[in-house]
Amino acid sequence: MRFTINQKTYEADVDVRTSLLDLCREHLGLTGSKKGCDHGQCGACTMLVNGRRINACLSLAVMHQDDEIVTIEGLGTVEDLHPMQAAFVSHDGYQCGYCTPGQICSAVGMLDEVKKGWASHVTGDLDQVSLTDAEISERMSGNICRCAAYPNIVDAIREVAGQWGEQAIKPAPRSAAEQPAQEKVSA
Amino acid sequence: MTEQAIDTAERPGGLKRAVQGLLGTPLPRIEGPLKVTGTATYAFEDAPEGTAYLAVVGAPVGAGELTGIDATAAEALPGVLAVIHDDPRMMAGEGNSRAMPSRGTRRIFHVGQPVAAVVAETQAIAREAAALVRVTVDEQAGRYDFAAAPVDDAPDIGFLPPVTKGDLDAAMRNAPVTFDATYSTPAHFPAALEPHATTAWWEGDQLTVRSSNQVIGAAKSTIATALGIAEDKVRVLAPFVGGGFGGKTGVGPEVILAAIAAEKLGRPVKVALPRRDTAYLVHHRSETRQRIRIACDHDGHINAIAHEGVAYQNDDSAFLEPIPFGSIPLYSGNTRVFRTALARVDLPPTGAVRAPGEAIGTFAIECAMDELAEQLGLDPIELRRRNETAYDPTSSKPFSTRRLLDCYAEGARRFGWPECVPDPGTTPEGEWLIGIGMAAALRGNFTVTAAANVRLEPNGRVTVETDMTDIGTGTYTILAQTAGEVLGVDASQVDVRIGDTNYPKSAGSGGSFGAGSACAAAVLACEDVLAELALRMNAAPEELVLKDGCVAAGGREVPLADLARGEPIEGRGKSSPGQQAKRTSQASHGAHFCEVAVNAVTGEVRVRRMLGVFDVGRVLNAKTAANQIVGGMIWGVSYALGEAAITDTRSGRFVNPDFGEYHVAVNADVPQIDVHFIEEIDDAANQVGAKGVGELGISGAGAAVINAIHNATGVRVRNVPATLDTLLAGLPPV
Repeated sequence: MRFTINQKTYEADVDVRTSLLDLCREHLGLTGSKKGCDHGQCGACTMLVNGRRINACLSLAVMHQDDEIVTIEGLGTVEDLHPMQAAFVSHDGYQCGYCTPGQICSAVGMLDEVKKGWASHVTGDLDQVSLTDAEISERMSGNICRCAAYPNIVDAIREVAGQWGEQAIKPAPRSAAEQPAQEKVSA
Repeated sequence: MTEQAIDTAERPGGLKRAVQGLLGTPLPRIEGPLKVTGTATYAFEDAPEGTAYLAVVGAPVGAGELTGIDATAAEALPGVLAVIHDDPRMMAGEGNSRAMPSRGTRRIFHVGQPVAAVVAETQAIAREAAALVRVTVDEQAGRYDFAAAPVDDAPDIGFLPPVTKGDLDAAMRNAPVTFDATYSTPAHFPAALEPHATTAWWEGDQLTVRSSNQVIGAAKSTIATALGIAEDKVRVLAPFVGGGFGGKTGVGPEVILAAIAAEKLGRPVKVALPRRDTAYLVHHRSETRQRIRIACDHDGHINAIAHEGVAYQNDDSAFLEPIPFGSIPLYSGNTRVFRTALARVDLPPTGAVRAPGEAIGTFAIECAMDELAEQLGLDPIELRRRNETAYDPTSSKPFSTRRLLDCYAEGARRFGWPECVPDPGTTPEGEWLIGIGMAAALRGNFTVTAAANVRLEPNGRVTVETDMTDIGTGTYTILAQTAGEVLGVDASQVDVRIGDTNYPKSAGSGGSFGAGSACAAAVLACEDVLAELALRMNAAPEELVLKDGCVAAGGREVPLADLARGEPIEGRGKSSPGQQAKRTSQASHGAHFCEVAVNAVTGEVRVRRMLGVFDVGRVLNAKTAANQIVGGMIWGVSYALGEAAITDTRSGRFVNPDFGEYHVAVNADVPQIDVHFIEEIDDAANQVGAKGVGELGISGAGAAVINAIHNATGVRVRNVPATLDTLLAGLPPV
């Protein structure tokens, strides 16, 4: 099977029962995405697939051979953090760090949903979706943080949304433009 | 080596004179970039080449005798490498430094007890094969119902001795005002987000275990004991731990299975417990029943106070939830009774979950104080003020530091606590009923022996090494701040190496003792470095001024790197509990304030705002300390409103062993939370003057929510969680 993850092509020969999450973690060495429940209940495995956030533990790898997949490793690096990653550091939007990659991918995908005007359970006026704290909290409730750094997570996301303004909210990797032609990695 | 028992309340000279201004600042976590990029390595990740996968096979029933394991079908599955059973080293449950479980036993103590393990080339094959292992048990009737289990009033397990001072019955008979109510709390899962995971490999007779574990120094001994090998043959690594909350304080049976399997196969083996298995293989907090009795005069001065509880445990475990632990030093009263009775059950083990004792004990005592205040017509803060004491009311020892009154006053001021609290159910806002509540927080303070090395490197950088863990608590960062403060360097110049038992043995993370103990050891190790620097500066240590990488004394200023002269300067420190722990009563304190809105139609509870003021001794990092406190407060909200592990009393299974049905707080459940500290450095607690933080936030937090619900609705909830159905019948008409 062939996959495009963080703009790299990977080939892997895996059991058809392998989830997208296990493909990344156990076969491709991309362990940034975490497994908290393997049931789609905690959100630690959140990735961006074609720009939308999904629970990678609930999706079989074999289904994603034609998709653009972005994991936490594709958003930024220690030397060149994505603004959302930097905001999580400065606002202490974590403690143990285990849910953090999922929170960050989810936050990036979520801001794109807001930008597209998608309503949530707490949206009052469906024609005027705005990013209140209640909206952030509601839309981030698929990502459990057992350390419960929730208020700081909201602070971090609010800051990034504010910085980015209207066009903020784009799930593409920050360094996409600078990246060289696709690199091929086999597993 | 600077080795010091905490016998006097004296701050080491280096810390006393330090001027770097780093300790206590809200420095962002130094390991943060690793966590946000997914490059921090947890126990299941970065396994050696050729690692096989292990899946645990659990007992299908909760009580009886194991009669057979048929692994034929499992072994026939392609990709299966081995099925392990009947190994005398297999542990029936979790082991720790205080107690080992049965090993190699055929007795079944609870559902899910490990009876075999499958090792395979992939995770999917291992799990499929585990389901094919046939386990036969001579089943016996199990004791699965806490409510029906007989109670032992004088149990021989548990670390908290019962307290009985005075004649409670007489005091209750003779007092003008009495209060007597019973509360209950359900079982709670620690539910760290990282599942319990271990990677084990052997090099010759040397075992390395990378495990999600809070206390790796103790884990090393436990693993050695379980395997019957020398302690120096075991190395435990835990560079990152994805939350613990007490659940990762011991060594789970799967760790030993992985080591046995790795030995048998001659290749590395790793295991991560599936989420639902964590409910059975990891301990949980017992369900409790708690009776509070208080006798006082008409002004609320308490004469007698009793906090008696019942918790459960299975036959193979020695922990007993110390239910009244937080109540013992909290309020005045000459007659005092505090004890925990035991109900034996055939359920998975109970153990330490965030603030054992206080988390759920403070729920009962702090709701009781709220009820008593209402009964007396007193403000709940005023009732607590009237029963504040100058010394520990049970042990008569002086407090090391206690700023509880200040926490009440500062919290009331910041929250806007009214002069006169509105009567319950009298503040409607549309279809919502608004209410406020408060509660005291108290968590006993412990200091545990801890050692650390601090090294000034030839390039002027500083290295700290200790086998501490960082389970989200900020250990990396506060150790950098501590060493940087004393040696006068910026945190960016400090490398912190933890999570490896090859480093000096520390306290580990548990009981809120980790930060204070580990940083105390680092402060003492710095004393060694300072002594050597003083020699090289031809000055006394008291004359040195260390700041921004330079040492000044006698009109000279020299860069640290120059003083190192091409060789590292080693410091070794060890702090251990001493006379101060015996002479003084030590605890962290605080006060919670909460505003809720309860929907008068549906009974839905929304926490609108929450504020707390806390006394934790020295604040080592304002950002990480506040975050931990907030996390604890949210745990309080979570158990007040949602968390409850439900046992099927017919089978001994949990009805809701995963995040789908065991409801922990999510982002939408919590508002912004204000946390403030009243900082008084507690030199009696340890050499860095810090008391516990991680478990204080949960203590009392649930009570503040429940008290606010009462103020909003008039409904008094004595059995948490306060789900909609518990409120609906009692809500006032809309």
